[in-house]
Amino acid sequence: MSLQDKYKQLIDAANTDGVSNLQVREQDNVLYIDGDAPDGATKDKLWDIYGQIDPDYRAGDVVMNVNVAASAGTKAKVVTDSTNLNIRKGPGTDQPIVGKAAHNEIVTLQSKTNDQWWLIKTDAGAEGYCYAQYLSPQ
Amino acid sequence: MKISKLFLAVFITTSTLLFSCAPKDSDIQSKIQEKLKSMPEISVTVKDGVATLSGECKDEAAKDEAAESIKDVKGVKSVVNDCTVTPPPPPPPAPVVINADSTLIKSVADATKDFPGVKADVKDGIVTLTGDIKRDNLKTLMMSLNTLKPKKIENKLTIK
Repeated sequence: MSLQDKYKQLIDAANTDGVSNLQVREQDNVLYIDGDAPDGATKDKLWDIYGQIDPDYRAGDVVMNVNVAASAGTKAKVVTDSTNLNIRKGPGTDQPIVGKAAHNEIVTLQSKTNDQWWLIKTDAGAEGYCYAQYLSPQ
Repeated sequence: MKISKLFLAVFITTSTLLFSCAPKDSDIQSKIQEKLKSMPEISVTVKDGVATLSGECKDEAAKDEAAESIKDVKGVKSVVNDCTVTPPPPPPPAPVVINADSTLIKSVADATKDFPGVKADVKDGIVTLTGDIKRDNLKTLMMSLNTLKPKKIENKLTIK
């Protein structure tokens, strides 16, 4: 069975739920799914479907790089477990911490350095780089 | 009366001459086929001097060229160009971009930093996860690692 068949439900969901710039490619027995999700709920749903087809993501046959499209000025919520989110001088955990954003705080996206690091600004005026995984565009 | 009879005679003579001089459809067809030798994908039928082209051309230019090349063949009154143009094949998808190990090592370290039980190794683009993780955190970690453009992710974590 080809990977596209195995993950058909996932690919179909990505198509019907409005993932833009969707690319589904198979290379060296790994299925690469790339695209921009319209919101965090869609991304979450896709990951749940992926988890149903491949419980605990054990098979190692998918790399799903679907991120929530967000542009400068977008508000994002800090979605850490419970702790504050570090704001850093540059994009990397080796960069000095220049501030903190509280759990559930709403910050403003300034620019996306890459899929991992976003430049943000808090309402209090602190500006720096945060790990994008902990920011949920609103 | 005389004049109109004369006209009639001239008319009959002329039309007979015209009819007998006009090339036969089958002859026109052979001539066209000869002209279109270099385009075997196109076929032609001729009826009452009207040449109809059909078949699949590789592009619009080839289609126009075919019609153009036969319109002056003797006996062709008009050309009906029913050729279709084959749509170009879709471009092959761009190959998947895989980040270099040096980039991955750094970004994987960032992504796993908040999951103290997780150990990640990077080799030839493959991220191998060992150690343990809480079930609730697995999805978050995987979401994060999947954005790093690895070749693949081997999840060997013990899930608690």
